[in-house]
Amino acid sequence: MKFDEINLDYRIILGIIEPGAKVLDLGCGNGELLFLLAREKNAKVQGIELDEAAIYKCVEKGLSVFHSDIDSGLTEYPDKSFDYVILNQTLQQVKKIDFVLQEALRVGEKVVVGFPNFAFFKARCQLFFKGKSPLTPSLPFRWYDSPNVRFLSISDFKSYCSTRGLRILRAYYLGKKKRVNFWPNLFALNAIFVLSQ
Amino acid sequence: MNKEKSLGTVETHYFTFAEPPHELILQSGQKIGPVTLAYEAYGALNKEKSNAILVLHALSGDAHAAGRHQQTGDLGWWDSMIGPGKALDTQKYFILCSNVLGGCKGSTGPAAINPKTAKPYALSFPIISIADMVKAQKALIDHLGIKKLLCVIGGSMGGMEVLQWVASYPKSIQSAIPIATCLKHSPQQIAFSEVGRQAVMADPAWDEGNYYGKAKPEKGLAVARMIGHITYMSDKSMEEKFSRKLKTKDHRFKFTADFEVEGYLHYRGDNFVKRFDANSYLYITKAMDYFDLSGGKFLHKGENESLRFLVIAFKSDWLYPLYQSQEIVRQLKLSGLDATYCEINSSYGHDAFLLEIEEQTRLVKHFLNKSFYGYDVVRGYEI
Repeated sequence: MKFDEINLDYRIILGIIEPGAKVLDLGCGNGELLFLLAREKNAKVQGIELDEAAIYKCVEKGLSVFHSDIDSGLTEYPDKSFDYVILNQTLQQVKKIDFVLQEALRVGEKVVVGFPNFAFFKARCQLFFKGKSPLTPSLPFRWYDSPNVRFLSISDFKSYCSTRGLRILRAYYLGKKKRVNFWPNLFALNAIFVLSQ
Repeated sequence: MNKEKSLGTVETHYFTFAEPPHELILQSGQKIGPVTLAYEAYGALNKEKSNAILVLHALSGDAHAAGRHQQTGDLGWWDSMIGPGKALDTQKYFILCSNVLGGCKGSTGPAAINPKTAKPYALSFPIISIADMVKAQKALIDHLGIKKLLCVIGGSMGGMEVLQWVASYPKSIQSAIPIATCLKHSPQQIAFSEVGRQAVMADPAWDEGNYYGKAKPEKGLAVARMIGHITYMSDKSMEEKFSRKLKTKDHRFKFTADFEVEGYLHYRGDNFVKRFDANSYLYITKAMDYFDLSGGKFLHKGENESLRFLVIAFKSDWLYPLYQSQEIVRQLKLSGLDATYCEINSSYGHDAFLLEIEEQTRLVKHFLNKSFYGYDVVRGYEI
């Protein structure tokens, strides 16, 4: 796969992680991102994933992964055992947000959080004009089959970070194919934040 | 994957060591020698001797892990996992499996002749531990000139031996696959072991272990095995396999085996006594109960940094419940070791490690591939 064929969020995260970094991916799915980080960045990677079928896919890629629920915590890991903890497209499915983010910030020097922006203008239009739950490229699920339990916007997340005293080191706003810089809370489909304590 | 391919005919080899005065010193402080280990070997050892995998059997297993045995014609206990193109691919790897010390299938155990008395050891056989079994296996590996095993793999008691290898000889192994196992037996597991032992010892034919050359304590050992089999299955797997089906048309209103499940347990019990020594059962179950690598005895700092782990557990296994495998994983995380953990969704209970072949194959095959070829595997993969 050529670099520009890789998903935009993966490309951005590949740009964030330094070569050789120790990375923990919470909710790593089939392990595509970890695989890329291992191959392109020589990162020392570890995943945590709840879905059994996804575990097999990770192992096929030569990745190390723990079959576990991220809501149950990372208690076994000593403080700062990773350079980065990644929660990419996972946060919206987490029940204990405070706890999981605190734990991620405890075991990782930095935390990369990627999530879909609920305040994307098309989502707003669907709600306002049609009176229906939004369906967008980053929120593709209908109300009855969505794995998401959290619906947050970029502004929501920023105010959360400020009330919890989390430092936003960098923020990236993503459109369908490239980054969005103008009014991201209205025009970005996804956001990626790099946080520290 | 070509599942039809089999190893063909295999034979048992024997390795005798620890001849007096160089006896094997056991964990209890007692000595034993000479010691013989029965073992089988499949595939070819490469020039660098870097492709050897040691397979470790469970309580009632033996060295015959795969292929058809030359004498008996029986298939090995893990034939579905070991062979050309299988999870433990004999075209790539050199696979070894030996009968444990204390066993009764060719290795030195209580049924063996004590050279000092020219009679079977019986209860004069020293109490052995999982660490002693592993020590004997290490002697075999040394004898074969293998400095570092690519992998040690086993389920149940075999998994305990895997963990013991990590604790005793971390520098002699590259990777470890403990399956459906624990760092120590819980009181529930010890309780089941003890009921099994009491069943053997309550049989008058047991005669304080001195039954060799006479009638064997078959009734007692069969009951022990029946109890064992119940603990190896799950409520669901028993329902699926037997439900309340009857062996005959109607209830016979007698204390005979009316239900299929009863018939099955009788069959399993009767079969077991033909192939297993009752004293070995006592010794090996005791070794499992004594096994305890909790409290910092499992991993030693600075000795296992490059060791890779694949830990496998089964959701319906109530004899070795998930929390026991999770405890192993917890220790690995605390030590920051490279590890993978999978809870396979099986309804077979503890027996799943012998039955869930497809899932285990997917995990083990790729894990070994990575252990053997390293990062090249990752580089070559296309997503």
